[in-house]
Amino acid sequence: MAKTARRLLVVLYLLALVVVPVGLVFWNALKDGLEPVVEALTDPVVVHALQLTLLAAVWSVVLNAIFGVAVAVLLVRYEFPGKRALNALIDLPLSVSPVVVGLSLVIVYNVRDGWFGEPLAAAGIQVLFSTPGIVLATTFISMPLVVREVVPVLQEQGTDQEQAAQSLGASGWTTFWRITLPGIRWGVIYGVVLCFARSIGEFGAVKVVSGNLTGRTQTATLVVEQLYQNFNQAQAFTIAAVLAGAAIIIISVVATLRVRVERRGA
Amino acid sequence: MSIIVDGVTKRYGSFVALDDVSVTIPPGRLTALLGPSGGGKSTLLRIIAGLETADRGTVAIEGVESTHLPPQKRNVGFVFQHYAAFKHMTVARNVAFGLEIRKRPRDEIAARVDELLRLVHLQQFADRLPSQLSGGQRQRMALARALAVEPSVLLLDEPFGALDAQVRKELRQWLRRLHDEVHVTTVFVTHDQEEALEVADDIVVINGGRVEQCGSPDQIYDTPANEFVMRFLGPTTVFDGHVVRPHDLDVFSIAVRDAVRAEVTEVQRVGHEARLGAVVRGASGITTVSLTRAHLADLEVGVGDTVWLRLAKGASRLPIEVSR
Repeated sequence: MAKTARRLLVVLYLLALVVVPVGLVFWNALKDGLEPVVEALTDPVVVHALQLTLLAAVWSVVLNAIFGVAVAVLLVRYEFPGKRALNALIDLPLSVSPVVVGLSLVIVYNVRDGWFGEPLAAAGIQVLFSTPGIVLATTFISMPLVVREVVPVLQEQGTDQEQAAQSLGASGWTTFWRITLPGIRWGVIYGVVLCFARSIGEFGAVKVVSGNLTGRTQTATLVVEQLYQNFNQAQAFTIAAVLAGAAIIIISVVATLRVRVERRGA
Repeated sequence: MSIIVDGVTKRYGSFVALDDVSVTIPPGRLTALLGPSGGGKSTLLRIIAGLETADRGTVAIEGVESTHLPPQKRNVGFVFQHYAAFKHMTVARNVAFGLEIRKRPRDEIAARVDELLRLVHLQQFADRLPSQLSGGQRQRMALARALAVEPSVLLLDEPFGALDAQVRKELRQWLRRLHDEVHVTTVFVTHDQEEALEVADDIVVINGGRVEQCGSPDQIYDTPANEFVMRFLGPTTVFDGHVVRPHDLDVFSIAVRDAVRAEVTEVQRVGHEARLGAVVRGASGITTVSLTRAHLADLEVGVGDTVWLRLAKGASRLPIEVSR
C-alpha cells in the first residue's frame, strides 16, 4: 500500500539520518563496559569542560529566557518603526555560521582595538579566551529559540485576557505575571529546553572565542573534538554520549509533561 | 448621570470610527448601544472602559473625569464577546481575580465568590477549568468575575454574540432578571435589534460613527428619528411615498375608505406568517405587506388579484429620503 510505503520511507529517512548515528555514539561509548566510561568522566579536564558547558548553557538559558520573552512581547503586542527589521534580525544567529559569529565577537571584544574589548580590558574584564566570551557566544547562537517558540503562543493567546485583567484592576506588571506568563508557559519551557540543548552542543563560535585552552576555556564539545583528533576515540564517544543523552532526556521529559498537561486541560 | 461621553472622536488611519459622539448614560439602568457592525459602538464601549483612547473628547464615569485614566483605575467591569476567560485558572479563581488584586482577606473573597457563583448558577462548577464549560457558562463566569469587584458600571461587548440562537435568547432574559436584582449601571453593545428592544431600558442607535437616536425602546420603535433607524429595527417597505412597516398595512379584498388599489404580484408563506407583494397603481416598486396566515386565507386572494391597502392607525411612517 502507498500509505505504508510512505510511512516506511519517513522511518528509513529518520533512521539513516538520526537514529543510527546517534545510537552508534552510545554503542561506541558503552561497548567496552562501564569502566572506561567512569574513567573518562572522572578525568579532571573532562570534569572541568562539562562544568564549563553547563555554566555557559545555564547563563544562556537565563539570559535568553528573560530577553526572549521580552522581545516576543515587544514583537507581538506593540507597533513601532523598525519592527520588521528587528523580526528579521532575531533569526540571524540561526542563519549565520557559528564560526562567523565567533569571529564577529573577536572583532568587537579583542583587547587591542575592539570597540567593547578595549574599555572592558581597561576595567579589568577579559571577555575573549575566558568564561564571559564563552557565555556570550553560546547566548548569541541560541538567541532566536525562545523568541520563536513564544511568539506564536503569544499571538494565539490574544489580548482579551490581558485587557480583562486590567479592567479588573491589575497593573501591567501583575497582568504579565498572573495572566500573560502562565498563558505562554509551555512556549517558554519549550524554548528554554531547545535553548539549553542547543547551548550544550555549541561548537564553532565557542571554539573561536575561547582559545580552546585545555582545562581552562575548553567546553565539552571542544574536548570531544580534541580527544577524537588525538585518536582517543573511546573517551570522545563517552563525552559525546553524555551530551547527546542530556539533550534527549530533557526533550523527552518536557514532551511527556506537555502531553499530560494538555490532556488534563482538555 | 453615570457615564458622560462628550465630543469623542476616534480615527484608525483614515477610517473615522467615532465622529464627535456625545452620549449620556443614566445610572442604574440597562442601556443598549445598537447598530450595524463597524458602526463604532464597540469602539465607544472600549473608550469608556479605557481599553482604547479617544483622539478628542472626554469621558466621565460617576462624576470622575476618566479620559486619561488607565482601565485598572476606572472601576469598570468589562465582559468580552469571546469571554476572555483566564484559561489556566479554575472558575472560582477567575471570579476571585479582581478581589485578590485588591488584596481582600481570604475568607471575604471565598464568601463573595461563593455568592457570585450562586448568582450566575455556577456554584457546582467552581473547581472546573473554563475549557470544561459551555459557551453560555463561560460568559456567566465572565459576568460574575466582572461583578466581583463591584464596578460602578458594567460594560458588555456583544456578550451573547458568540453563542447559538437558543442560548442567546435564554441568556438575554437572564441578564434582564440579573440586572433587576443587581441594579448596576450596565451598557451592552449589540447588533441585534430584537435583543436591544427586549432587554434594554434605553437604546442608543449608533451608525457610521455617529449617534442616530437615543430613547426608550418604545420611543425608538414608534418614532424612529430617521429612515436608517426605522430600517435597522426591522423590515420596512415603501407605501404612498413613505417608509412604513409591512405589518402596519391593512389589506382588504374590497374597496374601503382611504385605501389604495393595488395588484398582487406575489404571495409567500414563512412559517406562521404570510407575505404579500403588491404594486400600487401609479407606483414603481412593490409594496410588501405582512399578515397572519389566517388573514391571508380569509382574503382569498392570489397573484393577479386586486386588493386595497391602507396604513393602520398610529403606524410609524417616514417620508422617503432622496439620498443620505
